[in-house]
Amino acid sequence: MYKSFEFTKKIRSIVLAIIAIGAVLSVAGIALNLDHTHRIWANVLLNGFFFTAIAMGAAFFVIVHVLGESGWHTAVQRIPEAMSMYVPFGGVVMLLVLVGMHDIYHWSHTEHLDEILQGKSPYLNPIFFSVRTVAYILIWSMLVMWFRKVSLKTDTNSDIRLFNKQRTIAGIFIVIFAVTSSTSAWDWIMSIDAHWFSTLFGWYIFVGSFVSSVALIIILLFILRRMGYMQHVNDEHLHDLGKYLFGFSIFWAYLWVSQYLLIWYSNIPEETVYYVKRMEDFEGIFYANVLINFLAPFLILMARGTKRNLTWLIAASIIVFIGHWIDTYLAIMPGSIGHADFGILEIGMTVLVLGIFLLIFFRNFAKAPVVPENHPFFKESFDYDNIR
Amino acid sequence: MQNRTFVSGYYLDDKDLVEGIKSLQANNIEISDVRTPFPVHGLDVKLNMRRSRLPRAGFIAGAFGAAIGFGFQAWVFTQAWPLNFGGKPYLSVPSFIPVTFELTVLFAAFALVFGFLISSGLGPGAPTIIFDEEVTNDRFQILLEATGGNNEQLENALVEAGAEGVKRHDI
Repeated sequence: MYKSFEFTKKIRSIVLAIIAIGAVLSVAGIALNLDHTHRIWANVLLNGFFFTAIAMGAAFFVIVHVLGESGWHTAVQRIPEAMSMYVPFGGVVMLLVLVGMHDIYHWSHTEHLDEILQGKSPYLNPIFFSVRTVAYILIWSMLVMWFRKVSLKTDTNSDIRLFNKQRTIAGIFIVIFAVTSSTSAWDWIMSIDAHWFSTLFGWYIFVGSFVSSVALIIILLFILRRMGYMQHVNDEHLHDLGKYLFGFSIFWAYLWVSQYLLIWYSNIPEETVYYVKRMEDFEGIFYANVLINFLAPFLILMARGTKRNLTWLIAASIIVFIGHWIDTYLAIMPGSIGHADFGILEIGMTVLVLGIFLLIFFRNFAKAPVVPENHPFFKESFDYDNIR
Repeated sequence: MQNRTFVSGYYLDDKDLVEGIKSLQANNIEISDVRTPFPVHGLDVKLNMRRSRLPRAGFIAGAFGAAIGFGFQAWVFTQAWPLNFGGKPYLSVPSFIPVTFELTVLFAAFALVFGFLISSGLGPGAPTIIFDEEVTNDRFQILLEATGGNNEQLENALVEAGAEGVKRHDI
């Protein structure tokens, strides 16, 4: 009844072609920028972080529904589950960042630190930073793989204890991720501008990546439906996914304004330097960022009909997905390379990492049935509708 | 006021209620209202109710509130009473955002609450007709309006549709 996904040669060759194009462009970009190693490493960080955070956002998506005892998500659950399998691979890319640390983080040059950075050095020093990075990757990978393993067991075994075990894992996950989502954003992104800090930065980055993972879930759902799978997903599921995209885009904008407004009001040089840099050297994309990530999904998805229409939903998802790549770009580039560079290198690395992400997603999605049929709330997923 | 006669039947389970509605509709009997202690999924679709216009009212009022909120601040701080706050420009859009947002929410909320009260004929002092007090507890009630003295026929139809008890109400 639920057609199992087959990772056919055709899909495989398309994904491999994306990876090949990305690899060729990346190599060309790296060759062109050999004397700008800052830019190369900043791009490794940008794409390494962006897709790892998406994979963790996808894991979070499943986890909150398990904890909230929701039923509707079981129809699409296997998509974010397979997406979260990228975490270990994204971790490898993040480990590369450790190699290029000195080209991105100026606090890592421990020999010449000013007074402020010396004060921060017990936390921001290369050794502790590396330990934290490895710890995040290991802990996150273990959690997502553990959850996935238990979830796959339910396909052959309808024991209720497996479901309870999923809840236990979800509980552990949410506690660990509540802390590490913030600290990893401080470590990897905020410490680029090491003198500057913002207390809500961790949530800002996390919500941005969660929105992009919801957008990618919708995009992948669209691709899978086009290929003839996931036909059981109906308008109600689309509506709920659309609500996620709509609501969390607004929440992202709320955090954006909260961070900007207070810094703008108090007008203290140590704080405004972050925005001055972005508004002067990245002027166009600084304003475009807000328009794309807030106004576009806000206006497109406000009506009920557009959330239930896959064409509108997919348009909003693609806009938001690109928008949050730009948002991450805007968080990383000004501090690490200082000016807006966009060329073969940026495109190549993004396509390369996206290709690897897709390869891992499709491989894992093909490994299991497309729905967890033994999930106790599985029936509920088709027995509900959104209020008119 | 013209006297109206209603016939009501109650159920103890929402599944039985939905079955009852199906069987009444199969007999082409018009259902005037259904009262339940909690929202039953899909009931609005089964009863062919038209979609609520409240979201639209909320949107229009919210847009109006946003325009009022932003416009008023812009007028006050540039025309009526310009004040210099920390050397910021008179028309400082970021500082208008919280108030604009709040007024959007306020107007939309008022439109929704009062729109709901008006459209469903509720509010302080509005006459309430209680057909069955148990509806707020554990009973699901179907109301049929009797026209031209066909109340007995309707009562039989309700019993046939599985109602646990049938009553007649004259108002």
